[in-house]
Amino acid sequence: MSDSLDQIFISAKHWILSLLSGLPDWAAPIISSLINIGALLGVFLTLFAAISVLERKILGRMQNRYGPNRVGPFGLFQPVADGIKMLIKEDVVPARADKVVHFLAPILVAAAAILALGVIPYGRNMTPFAIDGGILFFFAVGSTTELAVFMAGWGSNNKFSMLGAMRAIAQMVSYELPLILTTLPVVMIVGALSPDAIVAAQDGYSLSVLPHWFVMTPWGAAAFVLFFVSGLVESNRTPFDVPEGESEIVAGHMTEYSGFKYATFFMAEYFGMFAISGLAVTLFLGGWHSPIAALNFIPSYFWFFLKLSALLFVYIWVRGTLPRTRVDQIMNFAWKFMLPMAFTLIVAAAVWHYQGRGLAGWLWSLVVIALVYLALSRLLDTRKKFATRTYRFAE
Amino acid sequence: MNSVAFLLIAIITLAGALAAATLPRLIHAALSLVVAFVGVAASFFLLGAEFVGLVQVFVYVGAVAVLIVFTILLTRREVTGERGINWGGAIVALAVFGGLLWTILKTKSLALPAPQIEPLTVKRIGEALMTNYVWPLQCVGLVLTAALIGALVLVMEEKREEK
Repeated sequence: MSDSLDQIFISAKHWILSLLSGLPDWAAPIISSLINIGALLGVFLTLFAAISVLERKILGRMQNRYGPNRVGPFGLFQPVADGIKMLIKEDVVPARADKVVHFLAPILVAAAAILALGVIPYGRNMTPFAIDGGILFFFAVGSTTELAVFMAGWGSNNKFSMLGAMRAIAQMVSYELPLILTTLPVVMIVGALSPDAIVAAQDGYSLSVLPHWFVMTPWGAAAFVLFFVSGLVESNRTPFDVPEGESEIVAGHMTEYSGFKYATFFMAEYFGMFAISGLAVTLFLGGWHSPIAALNFIPSYFWFFLKLSALLFVYIWVRGTLPRTRVDQIMNFAWKFMLPMAFTLIVAAAVWHYQGRGLAGWLWSLVVIALVYLALSRLLDTRKKFATRTYRFAE
Repeated sequence: MNSVAFLLIAIITLAGALAAATLPRLIHAALSLVVAFVGVAASFFLLGAEFVGLVQVFVYVGAVAVLIVFTILLTRREVTGERGINWGGAIVALAVFGGLLWTILKTKSLALPAPQIEPLTVKRIGEALMTNYVWPLQCVGLVLTAALIGALVLVMEEKREEK
């Protein structure tokens, strides 16, 4: 029973394909891919609609206000109203803009985000496009986002747009390095670049309650934190949302976009967030495996989306909690802290591996990480440079 | 189906390359070059060289294109004058094309049937890099590290002068 529930979507797809068995040979893979694409878009557009209203509700809760509560019960139909509003808004293109580049930029941003979603395993046998170099594909597609952001900024022919795009690209390029370097330990330990193999390597439980997820090892936990922070930057979320400083450069590269094009940018930002969180779940949180062996009867996709929602909640939580960082702080953090730590994690993972992946390896890799962390925090400590502040009051 | 896909990819690649060579605005040319890069990556995919295709996208679209675009943006004002045909470049391009075409037509292995090879996995590439090609890999690593340090030194000296 639980097996058939687990594979219900796969069976549904096979059933649809069996209905179309009369078609020529070349049509079957195309239709199979189209079904995958349709399912992917359907699921994530729904999730996007849900998260856009949930984010406002949760932020409202954190800031002691209600959030949207007028459209439908508890404001749940807000995304529908937003969608209609976005669709019927006028599409303004600046007269001096580069029309073609301006038009292509949102499409490219959204396409990159959707493509990246395609290689993540959502459940047992549920990877839309299982390719051997899946992790590499994810980052290759992700790196085209920079170009799209540049096109948006340059095509708008607006100083705010260009400055915003420059800021966005600068921080995306800087944080791509720690982002990729923190996936390296996982790839090294598993010995494969395919997301399915990485999820399969995290199967099994110690004492049937401790899952063998990589986040349970010291290097995995540290890599997960670094990966998550880099993910925050890559998706331009608070506290790293300087490309969109309203008080300085309006909406950054999105300044000159209105109506549906703006909605596309907005959607791409959330899709990028889903993709990065999905990859974090795949790499460190055991993908679709359940946390304890006794809960294995619950379908695999349920666990994946539970973990994904948990990460998305942290995204929103961080946004509701932290103030915006300065550009130079972001850059210093990337090159002086994230990068050395990411390199350390590669060493720590190797130590863990060669100490037999047991308790000894666990402790030794913790020692390596702790030593480098303490040394770095000593070196980067800026407090000693300032004299104690004295206050003078009018007398 | 493969030949249809190849035709489409070839048309897109060539159109991108042609646009990169002829468009009057440099940024447009750079962006069309990206289309050509993606086309080349697509043909790698079509040939089953998945890894090479991915690296092509990763390095050329993700890094080289961004570098080109930034270089154009930071170094010169937009020149929108008429660009005449660069005859020297055209002759070199034609000579290279002719030479390649001549070699391809002359080779005897065109008539051979394609050998059945098992699909190349990332794992095998990694093993080859870490065993047979470990010295070239180390040399590349050394060159890249030197380049990185060189870039850092350049930036640091600039800062010292400002102070």
